[in-house]
Amino acid sequence: MTQVAANMAGTVFKVLVQPGDSIAAGQDLIVLESMKMEVPIAAESAGKVVEVKVNVGDFVNDGDIVVVLDN
Amino acid sequence: MSKHAENMLNEKIDHIKQGGDAKYHAKLKEQNKLFVRDRLKLLFDDEFLVEDGLFANVMAGDLPADGVITAIGKVNGQTVCVMANDSTVKAGSWGARTVEKIIRIQETAEKMQVPLVYLVDSAGARITDQLEMFPGRRGAGRIFYNQVKLSGKIPQVCILFGPSAAGGAYIPAFCDIVIMVDKNASMYLGSPRMAEMVIGEKVSLEELGGARMHCTVSGCGDVLAANEEEAIQSARQYLSFFPANYSEKPPVAAAQPPVETAKEITAIVPENQNAPFNMHDLITALVDEGSFFEIKKLFAQELVTGLARLDGKPVGIIANQPRVKGGVLFVDSADKAARFITLCDAFQIPLLFLADVPGFMIGTAVERAGIIRHGAKMISAMAEATVPKISVIVRKAYGAGLYAMASSAFEPDAVLALPSAQIAVMGPEAAVNAVYSNKIQEIEDPQERQAFIAAKRKEYQEDIDITLLASNLIVDAIIPPSDLRMELISRFAVYQHKKQVFSERKHPVYPV
Repeated sequence: MTQVAANMAGTVFKVLVQPGDSIAAGQDLIVLESMKMEVPIAAESAGKVVEVKVNVGDFVNDGDIVVVLDN
Repeated sequence: MSKHAENMLNEKIDHIKQGGDAKYHAKLKEQNKLFVRDRLKLLFDDEFLVEDGLFANVMAGDLPADGVITAIGKVNGQTVCVMANDSTVKAGSWGARTVEKIIRIQETAEKMQVPLVYLVDSAGARITDQLEMFPGRRGAGRIFYNQVKLSGKIPQVCILFGPSAAGGAYIPAFCDIVIMVDKNASMYLGSPRMAEMVIGEKVSLEELGGARMHCTVSGCGDVLAANEEEAIQSARQYLSFFPANYSEKPPVAAAQPPVETAKEITAIVPENQNAPFNMHDLITALVDEGSFFEIKKLFAQELVTGLARLDGKPVGIIANQPRVKGGVLFVDSADKAARFITLCDAFQIPLLFLADVPGFMIGTAVERAGIIRHGAKMISAMAEATVPKISVIVRKAYGAGLYAMASSAFEPDAVLALPSAQIAVMGPEAAVNAVYSNKIQEIEDPQERQAFIAAKRKEYQEDIDITLLASNLIVDAIIPPSDLRMELISRFAVYQHKKQVFSERKHPVYPV
């Protein structure tokens, strides 16, 4: 299991994956909005999405887990 | 003199050159490490030219060369001095002669005004020898004193092959660049065992002070190499950008066009100011093919720093990376920039800023981490740099982010804008909220409110239009994207003879 964390504080702008999706290394999972910028959060390694922990509009802090992957 | 005596001497020399016991050589193999003399063969163009102190501590019998090789050879045709620990001799630990040899090669490098490379693989001080090697005038402290004195005078490069423990960890810290071999290199003040004894922390060596940690989290490492060969090759490539010392110009290589597969700049930079793109694509489209040498690639990735060539001539690039954290400047990215700018300025390497920055990060976490003083550190380093300095406003440059990326007030030789450039205290969304927040609240009808916001944003957009800014001489030129590389080449050629003294004083009071 790999936990993917937000790398900066911001608001969830888009959720690009759902549980069960197979994803490749480097693929964007979530897009945050922070400092008026779209900030993609990508997977470091390939795997399958187990859980998406956030919804559009949620505030997340640096280090908060946003997606759990099985790889 | 008898032939027999000569033969005996040659035998003795060969024996010393073999380093420590066979069992320690076997251990090297297990660890995927090379013997120190094989490392030096890879580093130098040919065999090494001069070696001093081969007989150091020979009377001890079991400490060949006292565990360190000090030599002079050629790297890319340039003379360099080297100190290299031999981990087959008491784990590369330092005795009195080891320290004296290191100090002497530093003195030699200073006299000859040539780069000094440190190949580090050492367990630290030999406690049994501490009186002779630790506290005195020519004790280990003198090694660090010399490093500080040589900093900015000659390039100092460190390759870390194994541990660099306690006091020894300061050798890499005082070098211009630290290349670390993944899995084998480590740096720490207190070992995991000591951490457990003294503060009760249980932690692995890799987590505590491993190469990957230092290259991604602490910023003590600049380049993470997969193996020793790659590490040594990186050091050679790095040195190819540098002059022998601060008074000389960096070496020029044969000019190359950018890689053929590079995308057009118009296709790289999105219209939408807030959408991410990969700044590496822009760098690739601008620089000579294959010339980009990234420094701190894994650390504070919202800012890209690296050496490259434009028409064969070295240039240092500082570029915001909108793909990571929106390209916002943080504590670590400001620190990374300050350090890199200082490095280039010390050795006459011109600076190219590629700006696409929403500003410095805000919020509790960064304020507590001191983002203001770290930002000030970056701005100081950038302001003080007197090498040719060009700022390209690629897309947005907002707030203090604009200042940090070498904008007009900081004496760059030119500020160039791409047509997509947008310069302002803040972006349209934030500005309209800031100026009209009361008014916006007062409008009750949602449609009317949206229309008001849209109209005000459009008005603001027109105020910060880049043609208007060029008309007011805020930028020196607006450049068609396809012409940017040629424009940079022409300008750096013109500015290369610039002479500028920044300020008369002893030294500044640094923000950090």
